[in-house]
Parts: sequence; C-alpha cells; structure tokens
Amino acid sequence: MKSLAARRAANLAVLTVSSLAALFGIVMLAWVLGDVIVRGAAAINWDFFTSLPAPPGMKGGGLANAIVGTLILTLTAALIAVPAGIMAGIYLSEFGRGALFAAAVRWLADILVSAPSIVVGVFVYLVLVRPMGNFSGLAGAVSLAILMLPVVIRTTEEMLSLVGRELREAALALGSSYPRMMFAVILRAARNGLVTGVMLAVARVAGETAPLLFTSLNSPYWMSGINEPMASLTVTLFNYAMSPYDDWHSLAWGAALLITVSVLTVTVFTRMVLGIRAGRRQANG
Amino acid sequence: MEEQDIAVSVRNLSFFYGATQVLFDNSLDIRRNRVTAFIGPSGCGKSTHIRCYNRMFSLYKGQRATGEIIIDGANVLDPSTCELELRRRVGMIFQKPTPFPMSLFDNIAYGLRIQGIKNRSEIEARVERALRGAALWDEVRDALHKPGTALSGGQQQRLCIARAIAVEPELILMDEPCSALDPIATARVEELIEELKGRYTIVIVTHNMQQAARVSDYTAFMYMGRLVEFGATADIFTNPAKKETEDYITGRFG
Ligand SMILES: Nc1ncnc2c1ncn2[C@@H]1O[C@H](COP(=O)(O)OP(=O)(O)O)[C@@H](O)[C@H]1O
Ligand SMILES: [Mg+2]
Repeated sequence: MKSLAARRAANLAVLTVSSLAALFGIVMLAWVLGDVIVRGAAAINWDFFTSLPAPPGMKGGGLANAIVGTLILTLTAALIAVPAGIMAGIYLSEFGRGALFAAAVRWLADILVSAPSIVVGVFVYLVLVRPMGNFSGLAGAVSLAILMLPVVIRTTEEMLSLVGRELREAALALGSSYPRMMFAVILRAARNGLVTGVMLAVARVAGETAPLLFTSLNSPYWMSGINEPMASLTVTLFNYAMSPYDDWHSLAWGAALLITVSVLTVTVFTRMVLGIRAGRRQANG
Repeated sequence: MEEQDIAVSVRNLSFFYGATQVLFDNSLDIRRNRVTAFIGPSGCGKSTHIRCYNRMFSLYKGQRATGEIIIDGANVLDPSTCELELRRRVGMIFQKPTPFPMSLFDNIAYGLRIQGIKNRSEIEARVERALRGAALWDEVRDALHKPGTALSGGQQQRLCIARAIAVEPELILMDEPCSALDPIATARVEELIEELKGRYTIVIVTHNMQQAARVSDYTAFMYMGRLVEFGATADIFTNPAKKETEDYITGRFG
C-alpha cells in the first residue's frame, strides 16, 4: 500500500487536472455565449424583427423574413416528423418486439441520428429539388423533418416502453380496443416524455444550416409560398458572415443571438414546465 | 349446485408459456355472486389461471390455453369469442393500483365511454354510483377533476374497483389486490369486497391465507399448476381433505 502522503498527492493531482478540464469547458462556453450576446445585442433593434434585409452595402434593414422563414420551416418539419415519428415509435414499442423489420427500422433510425446533416441536405436536393426544378421551403422542411424523425421515433419508443404493462392490461381489461388503449391511456401516460422528445428534436433542427443550403436556399423577400426559396436565420447568418459588409456581419451576430436564445428557451422551458409537473405529481402520489 | 348458480365453469384448463406447461387440467365451478379465493404458494399458477377467464394472456405471443372456460354458455377460449366483449363482462383488478393518467371522473367514465355511452348525465350518474359502490364517494366527491394518481395507494385501488364495477361486469377478477397496500387500506378493500358480494361474482387471488379465510365463501388451493382442492372456505381451512392443503394452511411450506 502506498503511503498516505503519496495518495494525498495523487488525489490532489487528479482533482486539479479534472477541475482544470471542467474550467476549460465552461470558459469556452462562456466565451462563445458572451461574444454572441455582446455582439448580437448590438444588432438587435425594432428593425431587426420587422424589416426586410437592406440591399448589399446599404445601411439598416432587418431579418424579419428570415425569422418567419425559420419558424415556418421548423413548424412544417415538426408537422411532418412528429406524427410519422410517433406512429413509427408506437410500431416499434408495441408490435416490433423481435420482428426483423423493427430491428431494421431501429438500426436505420440510430444511423440517421448520427448522419451528417449536410448529407440529408444533398439527399433532399436530389429527390426533391432537382425533380421539382427549384429550391423551396418545402424541400427545406422535408430535410429538417428527416433530421427530426429518428429522434422522435426513438424517444417515442423509449417513453412508451417505460409505461408499464400493468396500465396497458388495465385498459384492455375494461374492454378497450388496442388503439383506444394506446391513444387514450398510454400516450397520455407518456405525454411528458413525448413532449420532451419533440422539443429536443425541434431544438436540434432549429440551428441547422447545411441541409437548408441545398433545399430552401435563401431569399431577400417575404415568402410568397412554400414552393419558393425561403429565407432562414441560419442560412442568412452563414451568407452574411461570409459577406464583406460590416452591417451584415452585425446582423449575422444578431441572428446568432436569436437562434441561441430561442433554442435555449425551448430547452429550458420544456425542462422546467415538465419538471415542475412531474415534481408535483410525485409530491401528491 | 344448480346450473344457474354457476358463473364460470372451468374444464381441463391447461396453460403453456411457450413449450412450458404451467397449468394442468384445472377443473372447477365458480358460484355466482359469491367470493372464490385462490390460494397456493408463489408460482403455483394462480395468476395464470385467472388471467384465462378474461383471456388477458392473448396479449402475449407464445402464451396458450387449452380446455374450456364456460361463461354465459360460451367457451371463453374459443377463438370466436369476442375478446373486447368478454372483457366488458369480466373485470380485473391488479396487484398494483393502475389509475389512468386522467381525472378521477374520466378514469371511471373511460369504461362507460368504451361501451358507447355518450349522454353526459348518464355518465355522471354512473360515475357517482360506481364511486359510492366502491366506498370512495365521500372521500373524493369534491375532487373528481383531480388526477387519479393524486390519491393514496388504497384509494387508487378502490378507484380501480369503482372503474371495474362502473361497467357492471358479471365477474370481477382480483389478482392480489391488497398486496401493495398497508393494513388499514387492506381492511377497507376487504370490507368493500364484503359489500360487493351478493351483487357480483368475485374471484380473488391472495397469498394471504387469513384474507382468504376472511373474505371468501369458496377456496381453491393450487399447487404446482394443479388444482389440489376446492370447496367451501370453512371446510378447506378447518378440515382439508388433502395433505398438501393441510401443510400449506398450517404454514409448513409456501
Ligand atoms: N410470462 C411468463 N413467461 C414464462 N413463464 C411464466 C410467465 N409468467 C409466469 N410464468 C411461470 O408460470 C408459473 C405460474 O406463475 P403465476 O401464475 O404467476 O403464479 P402465481 O400467481 O401463483 O404466483 C410460474 O412457474 C412462473 O414462473
Ligand atoms: Mg401471481
């Protein structure tokens, strides 16, 4: 056995190294956030939310169309991915035990979770943008939906399997049909988990740029339809950051701040609301 | 026993989990509007046996029953028997209380709505009647909108009983309904069973022999998947015919 002094020294060394590592992570995060907040806040004003982009080189302008575009892209993606993902999750948890097809779906979903989003963008470009002949908001939403889908599928499956078989049997024992039991009882029991899963999926895609570059592209105008190219905060941020104009750089920082704050709000809000509800239930139960 | 006094007639019931047989030729008649208790050591097949009466096992692949269970003149195990319809007539209470994630009111209305009852005032009347029947009304009459999960464990179990009787089943199966409850809550559920009998046929699985002796009129003793002895509770407990029954009742095994 080593001496006490040696063990104390080893303890101190490990503690120091791990604290430094933690500090490094926190400092980097704070640096990024701080930079985004300071530079972004400077760009945020009334025009930022209400005006269209100014022509290149001109002063002023805002990102109203990009804000609306990101909202529409994300919502449309959720409208596609959430029902499909929840249905697929139900299939996996209820009927897919031991089935080969289900194992394949699970495997593909896991691969898709880690697929680079730019690949999804190229894929949608090939199957949707090229055949349709133009970039479109719809294509952008589809590529975001593809990115959301595996997250929704896997959380749904997991949350549904967490609901005990007792509850299923209790509902069936009253003469409930299987679908009715699923929709009226089990989905409700898993509701908090499902909402968290959907929110995490939304947060995941809200900050995506690469798949949109190939699909919804960008636009300096208000959107006129979902079949037209559509502005988004992330692509605008990318374009503006690459531009030679100082004003556009500033707007890009503003976009970065808005995206960061939105995603953070969604995540924290979801956690808080669901956390409080779960806590209250436990306190009473 | 007269034909019409029999609620369930079980003939040569055998059960298989995959290739493993766990019930062997169980045969007995369950008397109408009486309480029948199933006792026996853990793993002897009590749950498996009663889960055949509402065909709950059919939810799982590889589980299979053979023989006959006659309820209302029809064989429950016959594939042509409609499961949904059967389960509306045969209620079930589980070991752990299973309130649904909805209000007390909706918990009980659930079964009624399944039956296609839409009339609001009829649903309200039947929810109240069920809660009174389950001796829960006075405790929850002002909290019908609260979630079922907000009740105590004993109240939750009585809520489940109220939910079962709301649809007016002929037969209520209870699988160790008190094993997750404290003694006071257990006493209340036992009182409730006492009140319900006469109106409902009740089959209760219990590993608590005092409970069987207290609440039941008839007792079935099972051992290793076989129905060893079945008769009036008083006879089984005071004068068992088989040695295994006597050994179990006197606490020599199990
Ligand atoms: N899902 C299952 N798969 C395989 N065997 C099971 C399953 N459930 C129960 N068994 C077996 O069936 C036998 C009877 O179990 P059970 O009916 O639960 O007994 P009891 O309710 O009397 O304790 C036991 O040997 C048990 O191990
Ligand atoms: Mg059991």
